[in-house]
Parts: sequence; structure tokens; C-alpha cells
Amino acid sequence: MAKRLTMKDKKLERQLFLSRLVIAMFLILALFSCLIARLVYLQIIQHDMYTTLSQKNQLTLVPIPPNRGLIYDRKGVLIAQNVPVFSLEVVPDKVKNLKKTIAEIQTIVPISDDELKAFYKQLKQHRQFDTVPLKLKLDENQLARFYVNQYRFPGIIVGAQMIRYYPLGANMVDVLGYVGRINEQDLATINTTNYSATNFIGKLGIEKSYESVLHGTVGYQQVETDASGHIVRVLKRIPPIPGSSLTLTIDSGLQTAAMQALGQNNGAVVVINPQNGDVLAMASNPAYDPNLFVQGIPQTVYQILQNDPNRPLYNRTIRGLYPPGSTIKPYLAIEGLSSGTITPSFRINDPGYFMLPNSSHVYRDWKKGGHGIVDVSKAITVSCDVFFYTIGVKMGITRINYIMRDFGFGNPTGIDVDEELGGLIPNPEWKQRIKHQPWYPGDTVITSIGQGFNLVTPLQQANGVAQIAMQGHGYRPHLVGSIRDTEGQVTFTQPQPAPVVNVTPDIWTLIFTAMQNVLKPGGTSAIIGNAPYTIAGKSGTAQVFSTHGVLQDKNVSLAKNLRDNSLFIAFAPVENPQIAIAVVVENSLDAKKTTRKIMDYYFEGTPIQ
Amino acid sequence: MTFLSNQYRPSNILGAKPQHLSERSLWKRFHIDPFLLTALLILTGMGLAILYSASNGNKDLVMQQIIRLGLAYVVMIIVAQISPDKFKLWVPWVFIAGVLLLIAVFVAGDIGKGARRWLDLGFIRFQPSEIMKLAIPIFLAWYLQERSLPPTYRHLMACALIIAIPVGLTAIEPDLGTAIMLACAGACVLFLSGIGWRLIIVLFALAAAATPLLWYKMHDYQRQRVLTFLNPESDPLGAGYHIIQSKIAIGSGGIFGKGWLQGTQSHLNFLPEHATDFIFGVCGEEFGLVGGTILISAFMLIVGRGLYISMQAQDTFTRLVAGGLSMAFFFSMFINIGMVTGILPVVGVPLPLVSYGGTSMVTLMASFGIIMSIHTHRKLLA
Repeated sequence: MAKRLTMKDKKLERQLFLSRLVIAMFLILALFSCLIARLVYLQIIQHDMYTTLSQKNQLTLVPIPPNRGLIYDRKGVLIAQNVPVFSLEVVPDKVKNLKKTIAEIQTIVPISDDELKAFYKQLKQHRQFDTVPLKLKLDENQLARFYVNQYRFPGIIVGAQMIRYYPLGANMVDVLGYVGRINEQDLATINTTNYSATNFIGKLGIEKSYESVLHGTVGYQQVETDASGHIVRVLKRIPPIPGSSLTLTIDSGLQTAAMQALGQNNGAVVVINPQNGDVLAMASNPAYDPNLFVQGIPQTVYQILQNDPNRPLYNRTIRGLYPPGSTIKPYLAIEGLSSGTITPSFRINDPGYFMLPNSSHVYRDWKKGGHGIVDVSKAITVSCDVFFYTIGVKMGITRINYIMRDFGFGNPTGIDVDEELGGLIPNPEWKQRIKHQPWYPGDTVITSIGQGFNLVTPLQQANGVAQIAMQGHGYRPHLVGSIRDTEGQVTFTQPQPAPVVNVTPDIWTLIFTAMQNVLKPGGTSAIIGNAPYTIAGKSGTAQVFSTHGVLQDKNVSLAKNLRDNSLFIAFAPVENPQIAIAVVVENSLDAKKTTRKIMDYYFEGTPIQ
Repeated sequence: MTFLSNQYRPSNILGAKPQHLSERSLWKRFHIDPFLLTALLILTGMGLAILYSASNGNKDLVMQQIIRLGLAYVVMIIVAQISPDKFKLWVPWVFIAGVLLLIAVFVAGDIGKGARRWLDLGFIRFQPSEIMKLAIPIFLAWYLQERSLPPTYRHLMACALIIAIPVGLTAIEPDLGTAIMLACAGACVLFLSGIGWRLIIVLFALAAAATPLLWYKMHDYQRQRVLTFLNPESDPLGAGYHIIQSKIAIGSGGIFGKGWLQGTQSHLNFLPEHATDFIFGVCGEEFGLVGGTILISAFMLIVGRGLYISMQAQDTFTRLVAGGLSMAFFFSMFINIGMVTGILPVVGVPLPLVSYGGTSMVTLMASFGIIMSIHTHRKLLA
């Protein structure tokens, strides 16, 4: 019985097992179908989407920055070049925990707060395929340390980058300006595609005004990358087109000499070749090292520069506004003679002062007791104020305005950098509009000796005297002599004639002679006479005008700032002018000596002491 | 049938069935099931081709896998020689030894990848949980065949303990993947033993109710995996990365795949763990829907043959063992591919016989040895 039961149970058990096995088989088939259905869904229905995602994973478009064009001086000296630096860069998409990664990197390579701030700022602006620089200018030790640890930091790469370097530093900054990191304002003005690999852009000077020429065209490579952002292979490469190189009209030797000649003085020197408008030197002192700005200047250093009472950041050559003082006198003499207001034989008796009719106000000559009998030639030579008060009133403010504008004052000269100011040649309409006051006859009187509202830049001064030197046939000043593109094609800058100042030759002869006499015994600048070449010049002193703002600064010695500015304009040699020069020295009478030093350097090769 | 089908050959060394010394009986003499062996060779051969690509053509790595496979086949053949009666005799002791070893791991195991899974016996280093993959279903079958089926509730309680103890010990190592596989193997045997449907439903309900508790007990990385499964796109570069990248790999493979060694997802390292747990992603990417279906079908051949053998088995013990082991093998494949294709959460389960790695391979082949043994040791009564 028991055995039978067991037998029956065995049979039942087998049936039970078999029924369960059938159910299990159905379950297995159902799950198998699930897997196949899933594969069909992924591999057929969603195939296109995943193909795109797969390609997006591996294909990256990497922009290649073009090399920025080099800048040479007129003698071929390299004054702006590119040097390689190594930097740590982040591929944000490939870094999982950015904060943590940066913290770990900091144990290997120090990263300052300023750098971090700049990094996060740029991170916000970055586009998907960009790398963002984290630490610029790694030194060799840091580079080696990072390479040893690189496996720990997927998505962090070492970028070799060319950065701008200015070998002459501060001496050339007023011409070249500098490049700096692209900021948000810059992004608004540029073609972001072309700048996708570029970190720097011209901020000032030539670097800014010739940005489009210097930058070049971005290149691309399509690369296959692996999961950690390493490039596996390059599929396609469109090479970048480097920027064109510039040859400036600047003579870096003369530029340096001009800086040295200014020495401790605050001031500016502009030297122009009057034959074609080439600017040979354009120096403002004190200056600053533009290399500081290339990498992003630390805030503290920038503060120091900005708060310096000597204002090193201020480019006096094109933005310095100075009353021209007595350097205005040759222009007035030219206008007086050519308009017929006076003749060469017109004389006055200078008692040492001047009074307008129906007025008791006394306008003094710089020389107590006056110069006695004075004609126009002597008036220039001895810089007779009363003579020019007289003819200024005689010809009137309108004529003064005309002649100054004919010589390029009152408007930017159009030199090829952007920051130039136009100065101010006042007239009644201007005074009414800006000052809401009528033009008084007294305004004309002081305008006639270059005081009052007149403001001119050193560049305008040099430009004006260059036009005198060329007897009215001058050229617009320019800094770039030629542009050489990648193919070696050189485009020379054609001298741009300025509007001709039409004056009869005998007037030029008179003015030249008078200006030569300035440097001869009896002239105001005899002290710098007896040069081995001929010089025509005109000195000027001006009451400090531009410094009234600085005077409020209690830290500045009042005594020094109350001193007059001295100015000097000149050209040489008189018979065949090669250089025209304007010098402004603030709060000092050194302009004449400075001029002579620069001329001696130029003509004689005399080193500056 | 030609070269051995001489029916008139007189001799028979073993003295059994002299009149039918067929091809079939020669296989049987060595206790090999040719169908199952062929299916295994197909699957492991495909696995090696995929592994070669997944390892970026690393010949050393593939060679290691071949050596392991060879060893595993030898183990399978040896195991196949052992009569199921012997398993019945040994299994209680193996089970107890396995539990003790699991406890030993807990006390003195080696730590690898943050989990305590390995036992170093000086000459060999292995995971005791692997032994349990065989010990649990066989021990359950042994326990149940003594009783009449379907099991009573009292017996089921005992079965529950047999499963729960090793599963619990494995789960706290922690090795969630293996623990799930162990539980799964046990459950398969119980299911085949004919436990009531009501009970099955109750067990599922209990499991659902226990989920919050399980959540509480989980390690952070395990929780993260579950969260990731529910929404992989929530953290595309973090925990969801595995799933997204494997789906990209498979999906971009299309119908015919990108071609052998042409998969960008694996060769450029976008697909993580592509030689081990995510190796099916490589198959899907390089061989497409066609290749994936063929690979899964190879698994199905093996599973089907195993289930067929269990059907042919002559007693409850061998039926349950062959059926349970075959089902467990299916589920280990299903869980892995389900995870790689994103229909199941990521649990660390390798693709059996294809993923790179040794321990599980020997166990698996031993289980096929057992299945072969069951088939070839049948008594010729009926």
C-alpha cells in the first residue's frame, strides 16, 4: 500500500513538475521576447537617436587659434612677439566634479584667487567645445608636477599657448598698447566663431586698432576623442591663417631715447618725419609694462598704477591736452601775414603790457618792461606777447580758429590708433554752447598767446610743426608703415597728404628764419643753439591747466604742480626737414633740453645721458 | 552515423548494450551531452570574439579567458562523470561547508572593490558565494525529494531558511548581485517543486512590502543604482552614465552593428566595464540586433536543453536540480542583459560565460557538468 502510494506520488510529482516546467518555459520565452523587443526598440526604433549620441560622444570640433601677427619697428626690430606658455585648461564637459578637481589640483599647482575668479567668469561664457584656461603660465616645475599626476584629472589638459610679449616693455606701450583676455564687452563686438580658440584681443593702441589684421583666421580640426577627452585621432584639419605682421614707422631706438630724454619728468614726445607723416617716436612718460596686462593684471597692481599721481596709464602723446602757450605764435604770424592783417614791416612798441580799448584790464608781457620796437620776425624770436595780443585782436577769433584748424588743431589728426583726442580750439559758438557765455574780447587776447581755452595734444603739435616744415604741404601722421600678410604680400601705407596750407613762399622764409633765430643768441631758446645741424623751433610755457584736477589731491606737492609746463616744437634740418618734433614737459622747463637731446640722438647718434 | 554505426561489431568493453554501440552511446560512455556541449561551445566561442574586441584586442587577456574556459570545461567533464547519487550524498556537507565559508569570509575575507567577498586559502582565492550557486538549488532539491510534493508549509519554512541564510550572508558582504542570483536559483527550485500559486503571490507581496526595509538597509551606492535605474538622465555624468552609455552603444549598433572591432563606444572607453558586466553592450554595438539575437538564442539553446534534460530526468531530485540550474542560468543572463539594455536596475551581475572573469565560469560549467551527469546516468528501465 505504502509502496503504491509512493508510486502514485511519484507519478503525481512528475506531472506537477512537468506542468511547472511548462509554465517556466512560457515565462522564459516571454522574458526572452522582452529582451528581443527591447533590442528592436533600441536598435531599430531609436537607432538614429543613439547614432547621433554616439557620434556626439566621440567627435569634437576643436578650433585652432591663429598666431597673432608680429609687429616690427621701421628698422626690423621685433617689438611685439608671441612666446609659448603652458597653461592648465579645463574641458568642463569632461570633468565630473569641478570644485573637487580644482581643489585637488591646488595641492599640486597653486592657483590664486584672482585666477579662480577669472576662470569661473570665463566658464560662464564658454561654449560647449571650448576649453577654459584655469592657470596660465605654468613654470617648469609646475608643469612636471602636473604631468606626473595627470592621470588623476580626466578633462584637465595642458595647453601650449602663444601669448603676446613686448620686449621693449614700457618704452613701447604708448604706441603698441597691449592685448588682454577677451571680456564680455569684447565678445559683443567680435565674430565669436573666429575667436573661438583665441583668448586675447587688442585692448589699446596698435594692438586694438589693427586687431582685425593681426588676429588672423581661426582653424579647425575635427577630432575623435575618448571618454576622458583625449584626442585619439584627427579626422580633418583646416589650418588657421596667421595674422598679418606689421612694420611700424616707429624707430624703437628713437622711441627709447625719447623716453630716456624725458627722464624723471612727466611729459610727452612726438617725432614725425614731415616728408611722409611717418611717426618716428611717440613717447609718454611715465609709462607701464604692457606685459602685465597680457596675463590679466592683479587688481592690487592695477590700483597702484591707477592711483599713481604721475598717471602712468595716461597716454599723453595722443590724449594729453595742454595749452599750447607760445608755440601757437608761428601759426598766428602766418595767418596775420597771409591774411594781410599785418605786413612783414608792421611794428609795435611793446611797453610790457597790453590793454583793450575801453577796458582797464592789463595783459602783461612775459618780459617785464617789454621788448621795445618789435616786428613779426622779432616777435617770434623773442616770443613777444604784446605783439601777438595786438595782432590777435586785430585779426579776430575767427581767423585764429581758421588757421589753427588748417594746421590740424581742434580735431584728431587721424593717426591709426583709436584713443586719440581732438583737443580744443575755442570760438564764440563753442563758448556759448558749452559755457553758456558770450565770447569776450579778452578771450581773444589770451587765445592769441596760446592760453585760455586752447588745448592741444603733443601729436597735434608735432603734426602742426611738420606742416610748417613742409611749407604747408604736410601729411597725416601714421604709425603703420606696411602690412605683410601670410602669403608674403606687403601693403605699404601711402602717405596721406593733409589739406594744403596755401601761403606765399616769402612768408615761409620769414617764419623759418624767425624760428631759427629762436635758437640763436637773443632768441628765447639760445641755450640749445649751436647744433651741427640747423634747427627751427619755438618754445612755449603754459600755466598749468590740465592739472587743476590733480591739485585737489592733497598728496601731491603743490609746489611742483604749480610750476608751468614747458613746450617745444621744432624741425630740422631747416633746409631739408627730416624730423618734426613736439615736446611737452609737465611742471618743468626742460622741454628745450629734452628736444635737443632727442635731435642729437637722431642726427649725431649721441646717447642720452 | 556512418563511422560507428556498425551494428555487427561484436565487442563491447563495458559489457553493456553490445548491439547498439552508436554515436550516441559513445558520448554517453563519457557522460557528455553533445547537444549541450555544442551549444556551450558556440556561446563561449562568440563570447571570446566579443571579449577580444571589448578588451581592445588584448591577446593576453583573451588567452587568460581561454585558459579559464578550458579549465571550466575540464571541470564540467569531470563533474559529468559523477553519478547524481553521489551529489545527493555530498550535497548536505557541501552546503554546510559553504555556509561556514561564507561566515569565514565575513570574519576574515579579503576586501576587493570595497566589498568583502574573497576568501584566501593560501593556495587559492575564491568567492564562497559561488559554491552556494550550486549548493542552494541542489540542497533544496535534496531536501524536497525526501518529502512528497508539493511541499507543506513546514517544509517551506525550512526551504526558506536554506535560501535565506546564504543569501543574507552574501548580501552583507555586500554583493547584492550574487545574493539576488542565489535567491533566484532557490526560488526556481521551489517553483518547480510545485509550491502553491497562493504562496507565490503572498511571497511577491511580502517582497514588495519588504522593499522599503531593503532600501533602508542598502548601501548608498546601491540606492543610487536604483534611483539611476528609475531615471538615468537625472545624473548623466554620474551614476546614470553606465546606463546611458550602454544604451547608446546598443542603439547605435542598429540591425547589423558597426562591425567587429569597430565599436566606438567601447574602444574609446565611453562604455564603462565593457569587458565585464557591460560586455553585451559591445556585442550590441558591433554585431547589432542580429548579433544580439544570435547570442541570446545561444543562451536559449543551452537553457532549453537543460530544461529538456530535466523533463527526461527520472526522479524528483534530478528533475529539480536540472530544471533549477537551467532556470537560474537563464535568469543570470536575463538580469545582466536586462540591466545593460536598461530594463532592469544596475546590479553587478556578469553575463555568464561571456564576461571576463573566472570564478563564476567554473561554477557555471560545473552546473552543466551536473546536468550532463543527470542525463547520462539515467537508468534504462522504462
